[in-house]
Amino acid sequence: MKIVTGNDLKTGAVVWWDGEGWSKYVNSAADVGAGGEAIIAREEGARRVFAAYVIDGERNADGVRPSHIKERIRALGPTVRMDLSLKPGDPDASNWVI
Amino acid sequence: MYKYDQYDQQMVDTRVEEFRDQVRRRLDGSLTEDQFRPLRLQNGLYLQLHAYMLRVAVPYGTLNSQQMTLLGDIADKYDRGYGHFTTRQNIQYNWIKLEETPDILADLATVEMHAIQTSGNCIRNISSDQYAGAAADEIVDPRPYAELLRQWSSFHPEFLTLPRKFKIAVIASETDRAAMKLHDIGIQMVRNAAGEIGARFFVGGGMGRTPMIGPMIRDFVPLDQLVTYCEACLRVYNRYGRRDNKYKARIKILVHELGKDEYTRQVEEEFAHLLTQDIEPPLAELERIKAHFVDPPFEAGASDDLDLSDPDFRLWVERNCAPHKQAGYIVATVSLKPVGGIPGDATSDQIRLMAKLARDYSFDELRVTHAQNIVFPHVRKADLYAVWKALDEAGLGTANLDMVGDIIACPGLDYCSLANARSIPVAQKISERFGSAEKQAEIGELKLKISGCINACGHHHAGHIGILGVDKKGTENYQLLFGGSEGADTSLGQITGPGFDEEGIVAAVETTTNVYLRERQQGERFLDTYRRIGMAPFKEALYG
Ligand code: SF4
Repeated sequence: MKIVTGNDLKTGAVVWWDGEGWSKYVNSAADVGAGGEAIIAREEGARRVFAAYVIDGERNADGVRPSHIKERIRALGPTVRMDLSLKPGDPDASNWVI
Repeated sequence: MYKYDQYDQQMVDTRVEEFRDQVRRRLDGSLTEDQFRPLRLQNGLYLQLHAYMLRVAVPYGTLNSQQMTLLGDIADKYDRGYGHFTTRQNIQYNWIKLEETPDILADLATVEMHAIQTSGNCIRNISSDQYAGAAADEIVDPRPYAELLRQWSSFHPEFLTLPRKFKIAVIASETDRAAMKLHDIGIQMVRNAAGEIGARFFVGGGMGRTPMIGPMIRDFVPLDQLVTYCEACLRVYNRYGRRDNKYKARIKILVHELGKDEYTRQVEEEFAHLLTQDIEPPLAELERIKAHFVDPPFEAGASDDLDLSDPDFRLWVERNCAPHKQAGYIVATVSLKPVGGIPGDATSDQIRLMAKLARDYSFDELRVTHAQNIVFPHVRKADLYAVWKALDEAGLGTANLDMVGDIIACPGLDYCSLANARSIPVAQKISERFGSAEKQAEIGELKLKISGCINACGHHHAGHIGILGVDKKGTENYQLLFGGSEGADTSLGQITGPGFDEEGIVAAVETTTNVYLRERQQGERFLDTYRRIGMAPFKEALYG
């Protein structure tokens, strides 16, 4: 699948296009097919995100998984500070990242 | 320590308001990201893997307690309760919000700090010896000269758009503690036969994609020509540096391609011309700056006695303390490398504690080191035990300076958008495997440095053992290097052979130290043994 990701303009937070808006959770990411660049142009123009780009990923039984390790780390947070990740209480949260 | 005058303060305050307006215009849509990006970078605001990152300049690594306290407060108020001290003697915050950045810069300005020129193709923060003003082996305090160059290079209109970034280090002892020869310009303050102080220039060093040791191009530049000579070095680079190719744009490539002699000839020609232009600031300005760096009021006759009956304290003194020029005083390094910790990270509470200890016990001064540690430069020996006790209770009492646990590691793929591989987990695993006091004592001095990509922020070329993260078909892989050094005997590490995965690289370090322990002769460090026996026995053990 094709995923659009970027950063929230005001906070810099990593966000994923969920089909209607931007989510912090990669599992909400929508498959944008060939429509990624149009979404980016519109959303960056509206100053909701910046530095947005299209990446490859796949949806499996556990959720949406970006193909590249860099994007998986972006999706969760620093692997060395799981307390700062999106799932601070879950010791297994990073199992799929590396 | 240098105190801002009205011009310094006005420049910084004006810059804060200018950036506040730029952020406002970015948020209201008057500026696009393409227009805004260079503006935010000029103010130290990057986009990293998870958020904006703010890099704050710490000129030549020197801080007072008020500044350090504020750095801790910023971590709480605007970030997530910690900061990362870098190999450029700066501090970075990883979770910054754009809309709050002008307020952070305004807060920094209240303690004479900023983030200007911590990014971009300009002259970056000038680095120096972390023991400056305290070291027993320095001929003079290098910081006034670094400060003079800071003032010269700040907003220098000719050098704000160089072919690439530009890094200068200034030292004043034969023991190079600042990796001086691995900078674009390395300056060593020296004394000539007539007893005068001047500057020895090394130009064209650097790490990164094409590591080079800077050759010496001038043995002695008189103090009243220091700025002029720097200007000449920069002018030749600015004119002929490769702007067509980012990877060939650093001055090291120019010096290498022209050859040291031709580059030097051009610099001398430019220098002769500039001398006719009378651009050197009057020596009175240097004297004004020097007056800020006079010795603190040391206690005459302070005792040199140290009670070393506590074995943990004794170990820390042996490992982490260095001789001071003043009898009764000592230089103490706080390791930010606890076993299994994240190199260079400190919590806001730890930052404030170090500030308080510096205020109470080190004449209000701290230093950030390029090895990502913190120095109390002037501790009375009689106070040292109390200082260590307080540090130890806060998890800051680790005794491992320059040992295998004192790892330099860049943020790597956990934070950095340019990274190929993670650095920090490798550092943590090595630290856990080798970090015990017994193991470190057995191995002795071993400087291990890790970078998450070829940009070499983790100085892997200069590690006795270096580790470089690479991307191998989408997975993390680590190359191993031996034989680097950043001191007076600067050398560049050589790659051993094929890389390793994360577990493999930790095992490879163990294999390496085992060969060293087997082969070493009396008194040899790892680096000495490697230099004596060469790569072959290590390769044999690593690759069979
Ligand atoms: S060496 Fe590479 S990965 Fe590490 S901080 Fe520098 S740019 Fe990032």
